Amino acid sequence: MFSPEILAQVFIFGLANGTVIALIALGYTLVYGIVELINFAHGDVFMIGAMLALTLVGALGLTTGAPGTMLALELLGILLACMVFCAVLNVAIERFAYRPLRKAPRLAPFISAIGVSFMLVNVGLFWKGPSPRLFPHLLPSVDLVQATLGTPVSVAFTTKDLFVILLTAPLMVALHLFVGRTRLGKAMRATAQDREAAAMMGIDVNRTIALAFLLGGALAGAGGFIAGLYNNQVHFFMGFRAGLMSFTAAVLGGIGNIIGAVLGGLLIGIISSYSDFYLDPRWTQVVVFGILIVLMIFRPAGLLGESTPDRA
Amino acid sequence: MSEETARLERIGVSSGWRSKAPVGLLAAAMAVYPWVDARLGLQTLGAMLPICLFVVLALGLNIVVGYAGLLDLGYAAFFAIGAYTAAFLTSPISPLPFRTDFWSAMIIGFFVAMLFGVILGAPTLRLRGDYLAIVTLAFGEIVPRVFLNLERWTGGSRGMNPIGRPHLFGVQFGPSDRIAWYYLILIVGALSVWAISRLHDSRLGRAWMAVREDEVAAASMGIDLVKTRLLAFAMGASFSGFAGSMFASLFQFVDPSQFEFSISILVLCMVILGGMGNMYGVIVGGIILASFDRILADRLTNWIHGVGKAIDWPLLLSIDLTNARMFIFGLALVLLMLFRPEGMLPSRQRQVRRDREGGAVAARLPRPVPTEHEAATEG
Repeated sequence: MFSPEILAQVFIFGLANGTVIALIALGYTLVYGIVELINFAHGDVFMIGAMLALTLVGALGLTTGAPGTMLALELLGILLACMVFCAVLNVAIERFAYRPLRKAPRLAPFISAIGVSFMLVNVGLFWKGPSPRLFPHLLPSVDLVQATLGTPVSVAFTTKDLFVILLTAPLMVALHLFVGRTRLGKAMRATAQDREAAAMMGIDVNRTIALAFLLGGALAGAGGFIAGLYNNQVHFFMGFRAGLMSFTAAVLGGIGNIIGAVLGGLLIGIISSYSDFYLDPRWTQVVVFGILIVLMIFRPAGLLGESTPDRA
Repeated sequence: MSEETARLERIGVSSGWRSKAPVGLLAAAMAVYPWVDARLGLQTLGAMLPICLFVVLALGLNIVVGYAGLLDLGYAAFFAIGAYTAAFLTSPISPLPFRTDFWSAMIIGFFVAMLFGVILGAPTLRLRGDYLAIVTLAFGEIVPRVFLNLERWTGGSRGMNPIGRPHLFGVQFGPSDRIAWYYLILIVGALSVWAISRLHDSRLGRAWMAVREDEVAAASMGIDLVKTRLLAFAMGASFSGFAGSMFASLFQFVDPSQFEFSISILVLCMVILGGMGNMYGVIVGGIILASFDRILADRLTNWIHGVGKAIDWPLLLSIDLTNARMFIFGLALVLLMLFRPEGMLPSRQRQVRRDREGGAVAARLPRPVPTEHEAATEG
């Protein structure tokens, strides 16, 4: 039960799922960092991304057992389409549901975000129906450990796990470099720090905030596609659960902190994986939300966050 | 109207017949509803029972959200706690070694929910508004899941059935005794309205609104912020608790799916639609939304299908409002926030502020007037 092989195997599952959680958590953290809004609809943007990916996979007629460069190119195309679509969707949500409320009391845009979330869930329900839909097994699932060692070992690290990590890691690095090294990234950091001062320095605050939503949406879209490929299942309610898990991850890492969101995502992924295996998948949500409540009480600033000034 | 009355009215203390007339009308309309329903053959009395219970729920949530300004997204959790308390205490399949009658179960449900409100609220009410909302949401997700997973005691997804019925002066409260149930719920609702309006005008009620409007000022006037908020949170939870135990007894059945997140949001929508902080607004908002949820969505869909058939337009036949409820509630929340954040019947304080800020003009502007306590602390 507690053999190193099993511990390692569960760890690998957790890591792969954790990278997807981290991708979504980045969207929460980017938006919260800049406008201090918990974008409640973010998880559902991720769900819409997964549904779009499933629709595109169906439209292109992709099925199992057609490896090759053609499949890789098509998958890349779907990934880009999901990212663009979700980015545009997220920016549109910001424009219509949050921007008019920017000067309103804090809870107004948050309630608006809950409303948007409900609308998206219903869209997902209409799009793919009430029951979970199968996402075709498109990725080859070859055990790399066995392939390199030549002998069967009880720990499997498949090409699927590798693919998820290979796809998400560059996105995270790119985001980190973008925010840390580019002029637009600097504008984002300045707007997050002091919106008025940033505006006086000639930064277009509206565009900078929209940029944060654009990046967050793109990552959620990528996350939706990758989650579909990895878990082979999409469901209209997956965004709600994934959204709460990812928000917990963002808080765990320290909300507003990009490295923190990745760290939190991986941790939550690994914790849920161990809870799935050693407790019961039915208790995993209780565990994760319990962590969320305890964190909020004892360390709302998270692992890497500086303590934000408590304004309420 | 004397100057004193005018001043009291301005700060939201209700007085005078002018403000009470619509209330009397509403009460009279509610009291004769079963007769109207029977006379017109509407067949809605069965659906009116949960609608009225949801209004009681909304009244409780209004204490938390409207009076004290705390966003609670896990309100259904307390509803679930009340319902399961009643089930545990009265159902023959309960694992407890003893049973009580329904009335005791309802009172115990009231206090158990209050206890959980205090346990959750005491450490978390210091948090900022949106963080508190997330904590309550997490709690609201945990509670039904725990009831679902503790299969040995709660029957899991099979739920618990039957549940004890109330007995009162020899009146039967069976599943078909709708009129008896209707008046029972109405009386409970009226008592709640009375109790809440007394609370609203009490020292505690004024403290809630002071904390909501400006917590720094309230604290410097000697109001204990955490204690005041905790009382609001616990009162709201206990209302949800006893409404939950009545809900369980009414339907003779509890299962975890009755207490999902969407229920918390439905009740929140009632409070926001009617007008946060105005009890009568909340009653009207609650009746509108709950009847849409329980009666109108279904009947409007039938009506649209009828029209579609008559004019032979297949598009109309494909509309199903019952499946689009979440979309409609979500859209309602967004539109309310954008265009009328004070709700249909704003509380008097909000009304006054709206007039002061330019009245109808300010109301028509897409950017709403800051009304929450955050307005004072924002920026």
